[in-house]
Order: sequence, then structure tokens, then C-alpha cells
Amino acid sequence: MVGARELVAIPAWNEAGIIAQVVKKVREHRPGASVLVVDDGSTDGTAVAAESAGATVVSLPFNVGVGGAMRTAFLYGQRGGFTAVVQVDADGQHDPAELNRLIDGLAEADVVVGTRFHPESMYFVGGPRKWAMVLLSKALTRMNKSPISDPTSGFRAAGPRAIELFSTQYPAEYLGDTVGSLSIAIRNGLVIRETPVTMYYRAHGRPSKNALWSALYLGRATLALIATVLKKPNSSRSDEA
Amino acid sequence: MTNTLIAAVAAIIIFVFVLDLLRRGVLKEKYAVLWLFIAGVGLFFAVFPGLLDWLGTRLGVGAPVNLLFFVLGVVLVLVSVQLSYELSRHEARIRRLAEEIALLRQQMDRFDRDV
Repeated sequence: MVGARELVAIPAWNEAGIIAQVVKKVREHRPGASVLVVDDGSTDGTAVAAESAGATVVSLPFNVGVGGAMRTAFLYGQRGGFTAVVQVDADGQHDPAELNRLIDGLAEADVVVGTRFHPESMYFVGGPRKWAMVLLSKALTRMNKSPISDPTSGFRAAGPRAIELFSTQYPAEYLGDTVGSLSIAIRNGLVIRETPVTMYYRAHGRPSKNALWSALYLGRATLALIATVLKKPNSSRSDEA
Repeated sequence: MTNTLIAAVAAIIIFVFVLDLLRRGVLKEKYAVLWLFIAGVGLFFAVFPGLLDWLGTRLGVGAPVNLLFFVLGVVLVLVSVQLSYELSRHEARIRRLAEEIALLRQQMDRFDRDV
């Protein structure tokens, strides 16, 4: 893209131990891109660590969740005239070397989702979590008429049309952010494609999964999907997003 | 007769309590009106208990007091749903403000550095 301005957005909540490393890796692999760390109410010096690694830091006054942090990033991107916003997790699960593939995909799509499910992937899930993912994937694939095998992936890129949309409508609820944003994008006529990515198990920090969590996952995922499917497209109530 | 007296006293207490909250500016009018209305209906039936009996028989409810409980239950559920709605809206708005504040603070910091 000519005159492309790329923003790599990293929502971070108490990731002081690894954030600098992630920021440096991103800058190494995509030197032309601006790096924005959205500090989601961290109390452990995440903002300082990110800033000293060369990222721009936007600090939320309290924790609003990944969805709220990403909407902040999309607002920043939209107001700053960025033509691509790429979401990367702060915990080192995503490989910044694959940024290029995601951004290249924007040539033919408005949203490119990095899928962790592909023949060479080392990523496996089981139990209720898997059922939920299969269900969500099937529903969204049907809506999209093109496969979305990993709707909860947080490694994704958004082009200009998606940035415009997500800066006003981005679900903040748990799971709503990943699944709901895709459903909103589809309903607003955006083109969504996927590309395989590698998943690294959390390099630092504790994993956000346990028995209770995965048991609740199925129900919440289904609810998240129902909520977004029922939501009126092009809703003018941006404060409700 | 004691039943009616207790009901009337309860309704009056709610009335006075809500009015006091309103007077002190703690409660907004739109919520106060609702509670005053509920207390008013309660007071009305406490003063005219025959009316409840009459209404109960007309609607085919065995014990008229059940009609009161039922209606009260429905009203309270509706009020709760309305409060959840208001709460959700406020949560969304507060989150939105937090996002704006974060962006403004970042702009301020950059401005301070540049000057």
C-alpha cells in the first residue's frame, strides 16, 4: 500500500515482565510501524516498561478488558489516520515475525484473522472449550461465507474500513471482543479472511485458563454470539458498543 | 383491621422515606416517581381493603391477597430489569469516558514533551 501507516496495538494488563521484549520484537520485524501499548489499568509498571522499549503508551484509568483496550486503539488509529491496525497480545503468545503476513492479507480483506488451527499448528484445545470454538467457528463461517476457523484469535489485522467501524463499535464484554467484533464486521459488509499463525504458549505470566474457566466458556461464548447476532447492524448507539 | 393498619403505616413510611431522599437530592425524580406510585397504590388498597376483595373475586383469584403479591412481584421484577438497563448503559458510558481520558492523557504527555 502506498502511504500506508501501520499501528501495532498491544493491549496489556500487568505484563511488565515481558512487554518490553514484545515491543522490541515488533519493532524489529516491522520497523515502519508505530507501536501502541494500551495499558489496561496495570499496577506493575507495564506503561513505563513499554515506553522505555519505544512504544507509545495510552494508559486507561482502570481495567476495562481487552475489548475496551482495543476500541481505544482503534480510536487512536482512526484519529491518527492509520490505514492498518494490528492487534498483538502482550504476553508473547504471538510471533511478531508473522506480522507481515497479516498485514499483506489486508490487500484483499478488511480484517485478517490469524488462525491457530491449521495442519502444522501445535495448538490444541479440548473439552467444553473446543465445543465452544467449533460452534462459534461454524456460526461465523456461515455468516461470512468464507472460513473463520479461529474466531477467538487475538492476532489480527484491520484495514481502513474496519478501523472506521471498530472505532465506534467494538464489544467490550469478555469474548465479545473477538467473536463479537467479527460478527459486527460481517454484518457491516466487511471482508474477513484468515491466515495461519503459530501460537506460542505463554512466555510469561499465568495462563488465564482453569477448570471453572473452561466450563463457563461454552455458555459465555454462545451468549456472546447470540448477543452480537441479535444486535442491530449500523446501530447508532456507539456508547453501547 | 390491624392488617390494614400495618399496610397503611408501611406505605406511609415508604412515602416519607422516598420524599426525604428526593428532598435531599439523593434520588432523581424519575426513580422517585416510580416508588411513590407503588407506595400510593399500596396505601390505596390499605385504606379500601374491600376493593382488593372485589377485584380478586372479579378476576377469580381465591385469596385476594395473592393478587396483591402477584402484582407486586411483577412490578418489582420490571423495576429490577429497568435498573439493570440503566446500570449497563452507565457502565458502557463510563468505559467510553475512560478510553477518551486515556487518549487525552497521552496527547497531553506528548504536548508537554514537545513544548
